[in-house]
Amino acid sequence: MFIINCPYCGERDQSEFSCGGEAHIERPKQPTELSDDQWAEYLFMRKNIKGIQFERWNHAHGCRKWFNVVRDTSNDKIHAVYKMGERPPLK
Amino acid sequence: MKNKYSIFSLIKNALSNHENWQRAWRDPEPKKEYDAIIVGGGGHGLATAYYLAKKHGMTNIAVVEKGWIGGGNTGRNTTIIRSNYLWDASAGLYDHALKIWENLSQELNYNVMFSQRGVMNLAHNLQDVRDLKRRTHANRLNGIDAVWLNTEEVKKFCPIINTSPNIRYPVLGGTLQRRAGTARHDAVAWGYARGADAMGVDIIQNCEVKGIKRNGDRVEGIETNKGFIKTKKIGVVAAGHSSVIANMAGIKLPLESKPLQALVSEPVKPIIDTVVMSNAVHAYVSQSDKGELVIGAGTDAYISYTQRGSHDVIEGTLKAILELYPIFSRMKMLRQWGGIVDICPDASPIISKTNIKGLYFNCGWGTGGFKATPGSGDLFAHTIANDEPHKLNAAFNLNRFVSGDLVDEHGAAAVAH
Repeated sequence: MFIINCPYCGERDQSEFSCGGEAHIERPKQPTELSDDQWAEYLFMRKNIKGIQFERWNHAHGCRKWFNVVRDTSNDKIHAVYKMGERPPLK
Repeated sequence: MKNKYSIFSLIKNALSNHENWQRAWRDPEPKKEYDAIIVGGGGHGLATAYYLAKKHGMTNIAVVEKGWIGGGNTGRNTTIIRSNYLWDASAGLYDHALKIWENLSQELNYNVMFSQRGVMNLAHNLQDVRDLKRRTHANRLNGIDAVWLNTEEVKKFCPIINTSPNIRYPVLGGTLQRRAGTARHDAVAWGYARGADAMGVDIIQNCEVKGIKRNGDRVEGIETNKGFIKTKKIGVVAAGHSSVIANMAGIKLPLESKPLQALVSEPVKPIIDTVVMSNAVHAYVSQSDKGELVIGAGTDAYISYTQRGSHDVIEGTLKAILELYPIFSRMKMLRQWGGIVDICPDASPIISKTNIKGLYFNCGWGTGGFKATPGSGDLFAHTIANDEPHKLNAAFNLNRFVSGDLVDEHGAAAVAH
């Protein structure tokens, strides 16, 4: 349980949001040309990091907009929040 | 073999004020090399070591555990055991475990307090009714005991359930597996540890894996805080931390780790003599032998390794519990905790070889691994010893995420994810 600073609405309780998992997984540009291994990699395989993770969140019970969060999964501390399409902060 | 536990050993030790009991397992320093190393000293890991030694004659092996044995999810679950899964592959896997449970105390000479008090799954809407009836039929075709109960029969089986048609999610019926039940979770870890240790397995606690050494496509050993240990076979049974270990070996797994919570109430006199689970409203409850209500809540909907869990999750669960069991409305909750569960996209586990020779994973049990502990250990031991899966765990390979042969058990997994 923690507070997320929605870039559109400000600080709200985490229970207002839903998590979309690991961020910056690009949908393959030519899915039909992928091998089964590559498709599995895209669809199922996750870093599932213990530590600093880049992830997508949706303010489901608020503005309903998607954005990105940099969060430490070992202690749930949020290090940065940035909008979709923005460059992820290094570190 | 160590001293056998019996009524006579109990009397003998009572006469000396219980001061002369033997240690149940040794506390060895790691050797330079083992034939196999199991990473993770929970129930599944210890069971794997036990069956490797017992059935496959591999006694020069070690279990390394970063904390103390049974201190992870083995000691954090709600101890429910059942095998009423939908698909043939799952039914085979979980019922294999249930059959071992039925004789486990005798086999280990350690009372795991396995109690076949029955597990009832409730249906709260028409789709639940259809799904659960279908699952009952599938179970029976697979030789697993399952019966459908209508609302009156549910009430008769567990009289404290509120079966009023006027509640938000009325009870429309349920399934019952009478062979299902509970066991004492710590005893499972301790019993397997004692049994494995007696056959020469080294159980090394406070030994955290820091790296996996590879030579090309095969493993050479593990780096730990107690130094490098050489081995040709590594079996990883690290539950929520499976991805962390996989990362050390340079591979990715289809897992997400999330906190799953449970809580217990103050102890009261016997009030519920079975296990009742409800997927739709997300509440399950049983009563421990100490008299505490054991209540399972849901997972947080985001990746986290914090072993805590969010308050709104238990709040939702307790709301459902109170509606279904108004008699509990004035009970006080005593303790709450979280464990990190590794969830697979198809809610089925992975007991599998990997592309790296000598590296095996037993993971992805998600919210329901405890019930499978003996079977999981047995099958994983077979997989490691023979470098090939047993026919019962062949379907639970890593490659199913490439081939598409998923074993979708979202309906039978108790915790919706």
